[in-house]
Amino acid sequence: MTGIAASPWSDKAPIIPHPAEFIVGLLAFAVLYWAVQKWVVPQFEKVYAERTAAIEGGIARAEQAQAEADAAREQYTASLAEARGEAARIRAEAQSERKAIVDGARAEAEEAAARVQERSAAQLAAEVASARGQLSREVGRLSVELASRIVGENLADTDATRRTVDRFLADLEERAPAGAELPEGQH
Amino acid sequence: MSAQLLASAPGFEAPGVEDFWQPFAGDGAWALTRASIVMVLSVVVLVAVLVAVTRKLTLVPSRTQFMAEGTYSLVRNGLGREIIGSHDFLRFVPLLFSLFTIILLSNVLAIVPFVQFPTMSRIGFPAALTLVVFVVYHFVGIKNKGVVNYFKGLVPAGVTGALVVPIFLLELITDLFTRPVTLALRLFGNMFAGHILLLLFVTGADYMLRTADSGVLHVLSVGPFLGAFVMTAFELLVEVLQAYIFTLLAALYIAGSLADEH
Repeated sequence: MTGIAASPWSDKAPIIPHPAEFIVGLLAFAVLYWAVQKWVVPQFEKVYAERTAAIEGGIARAEQAQAEADAAREQYTASLAEARGEAARIRAEAQSERKAIVDGARAEAEEAAARVQERSAAQLAAEVASARGQLSREVGRLSVELASRIVGENLADTDATRRTVDRFLADLEERAPAGAELPEGQH
Repeated sequence: MSAQLLASAPGFEAPGVEDFWQPFAGDGAWALTRASIVMVLSVVVLVAVLVAVTRKLTLVPSRTQFMAEGTYSLVRNGLGREIIGSHDFLRFVPLLFSLFTIILLSNVLAIVPFVQFPTMSRIGFPAALTLVVFVVYHFVGIKNKGVVNYFKGLVPAGVTGALVVPIFLLELITDLFTRPVTLALRLFGNMFAGHILLLLFVTGADYMLRTADSGVLHVLSVGPFLGAFVMTAFELLVEVLQAYIFTLLAALYIAGSLADEH
């Protein structure tokens, strides 16, 4: 470390700038700055920009994919809703159809019942009519029979006559089933 | 005890200012010194490396590119964008990046074998860099606000009345004198003192082991010998930190000149 030729600069205060060093410092820094701003920084910035573009491109792609997925989901949801609506509509239709069928069946049944009723009523009426005719013929016959019997007995004896009538009526009651009432027929 | 022994031992010359004066050619004010040669070599190596690395940058970085980009990002985003603001920081990135890389390389070369000389321990180099920063931040401020408004802007908003004049004077001194001087001296002082310290440990250990004829000193020389390693590691920390601080302050001064509020 020693053995250096003594010079006024060897023991100057260290905060006195050495002119040559100062100039060298400025020039060297100027060269460095020029190189850095001409080549180094632009290259770094280019890569930064490219990387940003790549990243942003990736983001854009991801966004597009997301949008597509959203659209697909919307479409799916829409078609699902549509299907649900369709199903509801079909159900409603089926229900109304069922109702129509049931109503139709009911009406038909009622109609059939009414027809049966009508027919039975007619039949009944016919039976009543025939019963009536039969009855009147019978009554006539019986009346004749009774009359002939009454006539055949002693007409003066009213007691006997009454008894004859009573007996006849009792006969009648025996002949006819008990409690059988003839429905009212209409002529 | 060892201090006493050291003091009493004849022949040990503590390292001093003269160790930093190493002319290679010539003598006096225009001598080509060791520091100048190291500076020129630093710039040559730095430009070569940076251009070589950035020539073939790829989207997916290699390991070398990753390191270079890490350094660049630290300056570009960590200092430039953070401090100057994203609006117009890009103009100053080349300056900040040049400052950071040349100071970092010069400083680290101080502990690299065969170079082992801190360029920045010669005040001329920090002064040159400081002059650049000084000119830039004043130029930017005056161009941005105009001469009158630039100097008006030195007084913080809200200062009124009798305080304006003294505050203005203080701020003017800060702006024109304190800032550049401290910027240069901080870097210079750290490198100078660090190098002296290393020299002291190394020459001290060497002296105690080889020159001194005392067994005690021979044994004790282990202390400064190990100390030299510890101090070298510590120097590395200081060197990186000082490069960062210099660049950070340059960015702060530029940001202050650009900002509307002082």
